[in-house]
Amino acid sequence: MAVTEIKNYNLNFGPQHPAAHGVLRMVLEMDGEIIERCDPHIGLLHRGTEKLIEHKTYVQAVPYFDRLDYVAPQNQEHAFALATEKLLGIQAPPRAQYIRVLFAEIGRILNHLLNITSYTMDVGAMTPMLWGFEEREVLMEFCERVSGARMHMNYFRPGGVTADMPAGLGDDIAAWADSFVGFMDDLETLITENRIFKQRTVDIGVISAEQCFDWGFSGPNIRASGVAWDLRKSQPYDCYADLDFDIPIGKNGDCYDRYLVRIWEMRESLKIIHQCIEKMPGGPVTVENNKISPPSRASMKSSMEAMIHHFKLYTEGYHVPAGETYTAVEAPKGEFSVFLVSDGTNKPYRCKIRAPGFAHLQAMEFLSKGHMLADAVANIGSIDVVFGEIDR
Amino acid sequence: MDLDIKELGEYISNTISANVDDVAFAQDELTLSVPVASLIKVLSFLRDDANCQFKQLMDVCGIDYPAQEKRFGVVYNLLSLTLNLRVRVKVWTDEDTPVPTATGLFSSANWFEREVWDMYGVYFSEHPDLRRILTDYGFEGHPLRKDFPLTGYVELRYDEEQKRVVYEPVKLTQDFRSFDFLSPWEGPKAVLPGDEKADEIENEDAS
Repeated sequence: MAVTEIKNYNLNFGPQHPAAHGVLRMVLEMDGEIIERCDPHIGLLHRGTEKLIEHKTYVQAVPYFDRLDYVAPQNQEHAFALATEKLLGIQAPPRAQYIRVLFAEIGRILNHLLNITSYTMDVGAMTPMLWGFEEREVLMEFCERVSGARMHMNYFRPGGVTADMPAGLGDDIAAWADSFVGFMDDLETLITENRIFKQRTVDIGVISAEQCFDWGFSGPNIRASGVAWDLRKSQPYDCYADLDFDIPIGKNGDCYDRYLVRIWEMRESLKIIHQCIEKMPGGPVTVENNKISPPSRASMKSSMEAMIHHFKLYTEGYHVPAGETYTAVEAPKGEFSVFLVSDGTNKPYRCKIRAPGFAHLQAMEFLSKGHMLADAVANIGSIDVVFGEIDR
Repeated sequence: MDLDIKELGEYISNTISANVDDVAFAQDELTLSVPVASLIKVLSFLRDDANCQFKQLMDVCGIDYPAQEKRFGVVYNLLSLTLNLRVRVKVWTDEDTPVPTATGLFSSANWFEREVWDMYGVYFSEHPDLRRILTDYGFEGHPLRKDFPLTGYVELRYDEEQKRVVYEPVKLTQDFRSFDFLSPWEGPKAVLPGDEKADEIENEDAS
């Protein structure tokens, strides 16, 4: 039989592919089943968040952050709240800091549960998805109890949080955290030593520590390559400095290590959640300055001044002193940061959002080159992309 | 040698003072203003110098001040894992002057610079692949410029007759309402009627 010459051909992956984790379109140049070139086209979910924020007051900007990485919204709000507080020169009271950290860790578990389970579904496992989403629902109920919204919480505000936790919520979260350890063990029996999962992920998409620096990696992805770098430890914000937790790191920097790091981060998050609930101090949950945080609803009924403060805050907002800051938090996906420039008015002059997924997705060509088409799916899952934050 | 952020600022301004216009220190953050010509020199110094080791380029972003002659700023945020410090490098440019690309130093600069090009129209010379990244295929204009309207110029809809998506000029059923809350008494550049006389009186007193 004559040998037929196979030409490279282009394959359009997405934007409606179930393994594209949203609206990723990739133009792949294939040599048979091998990826020669990979060109991700992003921006199909671009909503102009940064432009919109320039036209809104600081308080009105907070909900836009929920809609970036909608899998763990509170962590994005955290970055914006911290950046604004830095420019305002204020600090949230201790109780607010503990509540924020508590919910930031809940956000981390929300994110990792979704990522791990959908990632395993991409490489062939169905059950973890169903189990994981059940647990996510429990967590989102906690979010609902504290803020009124399951996902788009709009809860972390510059100066603190909107409202105190309702009575009994701390105990319920602690009880859930105790039971979640068993769930994690069960989940791991399905995946961690699973032969098919390991065949699909071990030695796939390997990236070394030096290459991670070059590509601007952060979060679980850089830790999987053996770099013990976590902003919660190295540049602690809010009350992370008072808490005791470990940073899991990987060794090989492949898809499997990125999975393992996320699994262990969830276990560490449980430690933080327990400590937050035990150590949570009393006191106010937002700065007691009615130029920045709204007065209580009760006082508005009797105090003229409270009424004026409320009106001014929700129309004009507050003026932030001129200055600029680059404030980063350790979001579940990596370093999420806000470069906030204020010109002294009530609206940000510029609010650049640095999304970790943007830098990670950029390395797709590097990670996937020379791999099979099916490995591209494993890579997308393992670097943890959500298009809300990448496209902004 | 472990440096804190102030010592680092002094070290940088002593070592490469010829290439840096200004070293500013505010909000515990260090900002270097750099002329376009020496950007690559400064970035490679920050990356490779043994006392700096800013090996990670975390973010590149643009900023627009239409009133300035060089209206666009390009801001590079670098991170050093060894020092546990960040530094910000700023260059200023206008619509026509290209900025040299940093992709030769940091692979991560590629998409970040594409984004600045897309959003502000700042041209990066010798960039390997300077295409639009976030906006629609065939988009015109640079949306994050301050003179670009919030609502844009075109809107799209699916046309049932042509069986395809069509672009049309934006039609708003209600005008976009932008409230100006800057009271003349508190605004950033508030010049109250009569303010100019204050200077005159001071000058008279001095003379």
